[in-house]
Amino acid sequence: MSASRHLQRLEAESIDIMREVVASFARPAMLYSIGKDSAVMLHLARKAFHPAVPPFPLMHVDTTWKFRDMYAMRERAARESGMELIVHINQEGLARGIDPFTSGSALHTQVMKTEALRHALDTHRFDAVFGGARRDEEKSRAKERIFSLRTATHGWNPKAQRPEPWALYNTRLRAGESMRVFPLSNWTELDIWQYIRAEAIPVVGLYLAAERPVVWRDGQWLMVDDERFVLAPGEEVETRKVRFRTLGCYPLTAAVESDADTLDAVIEEMMLARTSERAGRLIDADEAGSMEKKKREGYF
Amino acid sequence: MGAPAPKDAASQLRFVTCGSVDDGKSTLIGRMLYDAKLLMEDQVEALVRDSRMHGTAGEDIDFALLVDGLEAEREQGITIDVAYRYFATARRRFIVADTPGHVQYTRNMVTGASTADAAVLMVDARKGLLEQTRRHAHIVSLLGIRHVVVAINKMDLVDFAQTRFDAIVSDFNEAAAGFGFASVQAIPVSARFGDNVTEASARTPWYGGPTLIGYLEVLDTDTAGADGPLRFPVQWVNRPNADFRGYAGTLAGGSLRAGDEVVVAASGKRANVARIVTMDGDLEAAVCGDAVTLVLDREIDISRGDMLSAAGHRPVVADQFAAHLVWMGEDDLLPSRSYLLKTGRRTLAATITDIKHRIDVNTRQKLAAKSLALNELAVCNVSTAEPIAFDPYDENRQTGSFILIDRFTNATVAAGMIDFPLRRASNIHWQALSIDAGKRAEQKRQTPVVIWFTGLSGAGKSTIADIVEKRLFALGAHTYTLDGDNVRHGLNRDLGFTDADRVENIRRVAEVAKLMADAGLIVMVSFISPFRSERRMAREMLPDGAFIEVHVATPLEVAEARDPKGLYRKARAGELANFTGIDSPYEPPENPELVLDTVAHDPQALAGQIVAYLRQRGVLEG
Repeated sequence: MSASRHLQRLEAESIDIMREVVASFARPAMLYSIGKDSAVMLHLARKAFHPAVPPFPLMHVDTTWKFRDMYAMRERAARESGMELIVHINQEGLARGIDPFTSGSALHTQVMKTEALRHALDTHRFDAVFGGARRDEEKSRAKERIFSLRTATHGWNPKAQRPEPWALYNTRLRAGESMRVFPLSNWTELDIWQYIRAEAIPVVGLYLAAERPVVWRDGQWLMVDDERFVLAPGEEVETRKVRFRTLGCYPLTAAVESDADTLDAVIEEMMLARTSERAGRLIDADEAGSMEKKKREGYF
Repeated sequence: MGAPAPKDAASQLRFVTCGSVDDGKSTLIGRMLYDAKLLMEDQVEALVRDSRMHGTAGEDIDFALLVDGLEAEREQGITIDVAYRYFATARRRFIVADTPGHVQYTRNMVTGASTADAAVLMVDARKGLLEQTRRHAHIVSLLGIRHVVVAINKMDLVDFAQTRFDAIVSDFNEAAAGFGFASVQAIPVSARFGDNVTEASARTPWYGGPTLIGYLEVLDTDTAGADGPLRFPVQWVNRPNADFRGYAGTLAGGSLRAGDEVVVAASGKRANVARIVTMDGDLEAAVCGDAVTLVLDREIDISRGDMLSAAGHRPVVADQFAAHLVWMGEDDLLPSRSYLLKTGRRTLAATITDIKHRIDVNTRQKLAAKSLALNELAVCNVSTAEPIAFDPYDENRQTGSFILIDRFTNATVAAGMIDFPLRRASNIHWQALSIDAGKRAEQKRQTPVVIWFTGLSGAGKSTIADIVEKRLFALGAHTYTLDGDNVRHGLNRDLGFTDADRVENIRRVAEVAKLMADAGLIVMVSFISPFRSERRMAREMLPDGAFIEVHVATPLEVAEARDPKGLYRKARAGELANFTGIDSPYEPPENPELVLDTVAHDPQALAGQIVAYLRQRGVLEG
């Protein structure tokens, strides 16, 4: 590969973490959320276990509100990696009619993501789950361990974290406990993009700018991805050249106007950017500490 | 404008910052991120919001709030935990481990320093060198960091006086003598106003050295172990099919080329590297830090935890060694307690056999110690259940380090740095004997077991054990009873009742019980044995099924009312310290084989329950 020494060091560290999980846990799984971080994490997993197929399944907690391009990428990733894909949907939430437009982002996230994830973990009894979170994303993440212990009810206790000197990870669990493991902890958004370019990793096309149907709402561009998008009075669908820095549920993920339609342009644009990527996540925009709260409740 | 684009040749520097919030450490990191244009608009907005709510910088933005990520930290205005921060300049990528400075957070500083290439020590120009700075320098040196920057901060508050700066530098050089730093660079800064952080300050014309960022950009640090001999701890055996067997792992030292001869450190078996496999194709060579998969030219017995090494430079293999230990557990270290030790890819049982001395982290004085509390540092002798391969920490930070894990709480309770192997370890070998435990038991027509009675003083343990032994004896079984009080008159008469002594008391009795079971006997052990960890240790020493834990579950008020030896009365009167149930804890068993209710049944009936259980388990023949 042609990546820098810096990226090589990050890559080796992530691979080492993944191998440690497979060697230490009985039932690992990889939370795969289809975005750029998941794409890098999956690529690293394939490298870590080559020539074997990574010995764990991919799990997607599906809110049913992802962009259509994301669903296409999900199927492609499973096919190309040869890994089992588990799609988990909170059917009870669907039956209750929870959706991001009418239920609001907080309830939708709580039921279709946090509760769904807890339910998925209980159903499959996974004892270690990889997540693609990075420490540079958010303040409380900056203090989370790479091997992060969860109670039997999936709670996070920030005050009882295990020290990780010399990357000697303590993998011991009591009955019912599980581990969230973050192999990309030390990567930054810029690292992710430079690695995607260096390794030619396929990512969802929405990250690159294109003409797309969007609506201006609450100071942000939302993309009209399917007929479920309900226009408020006075709103109009426009066509703009936009792209996404982060991908989630389409009604909860804002686009930015951009001409960056190649990876090189995206990287260049990002280095000039003056807002962090999570600014595009509508669910974080409440008071400071909201991520810490969600994590204590079992969010990734 | 944004940050300049790091080229793909960018290298990485990991450094740790040490200092307390009063020194302006978090402010300095916030300043570096801000200057590197890595603070985004929405983050600045959040910062302005937080500064009004919790800030300590008046109308100014309080950069410290940027790095104090947890709610408790923001509320209390202190940094509690290690935080990792990332920024880049045109020349380098930086990973900063931001660690709190107070003595009660030593464990967090140790964690942050353990993987750092360099350290930035903060000193408040007004206060000069404090005990705390000496402690930081000491810990940084102990953790093997060889490059130190002394950032003398708040120069704006001493009018950028050169005399002040020079005096502190001279104090530091004196304090750091003997720490073995390869480079020390002192820089006068004002984190709050940015002087000499990224831009050279016009207010320190007398200072001709580099700015902080300028220095960190070019600092040349050698990765520990990179130049040393090959060390490859096997992490995972990759066997996707019968045709492929690869050993996956990360080089912890040295380098490797296809064709090289390697040797398994513990067994001495040799092979040559046939392939260095990666998904990008086979490599000709791999260096320290690379995560690869090795295929060898012949099949030898290798599993996770084994260390492949250079044939000419094998690591030490020993089961006893001296080490520096930083205690990180909430509960004190108890010598003789069995902990789990993890080093490289190996996890196994270990005990601290001896605390040579404690070291005061502030004064570096050597002190006598019987146990260790949170954040204390000591030199100890460590004994592992099996020999392990290691290097002295001085030579290799990865193969010379370990953590200890509490077997019961699973907490990581210590970080250790190995100094040297202890000679006696290599000279005592297991003697293979021709009459084994099975043959001895067969001759006695019984299955040897250890019946372990645990419970409060006065619960009725010895009374019941005595009746059980009489009945077994009558049935023709070969038995022995180890009684707590009796053993304390002989084998354990040197031990008192502190937690450390209680652990050693149980360890010795468990070893004796094990020998007796090995001799074919049915052993009754009647000991208060208040801690779960030691009972678990005894269980794990014995073959599966040979440990029968009997909880004599007499409630405290009942035992105290009985008080057959008058001990509770003395304890209540304050004449007897560390008395279980009164001022020393009793941890009841979680899954004992039997629980005896001494309130509902008399000792005869309870002994009957035990004998019936032994018959049902097939311990007694006929």
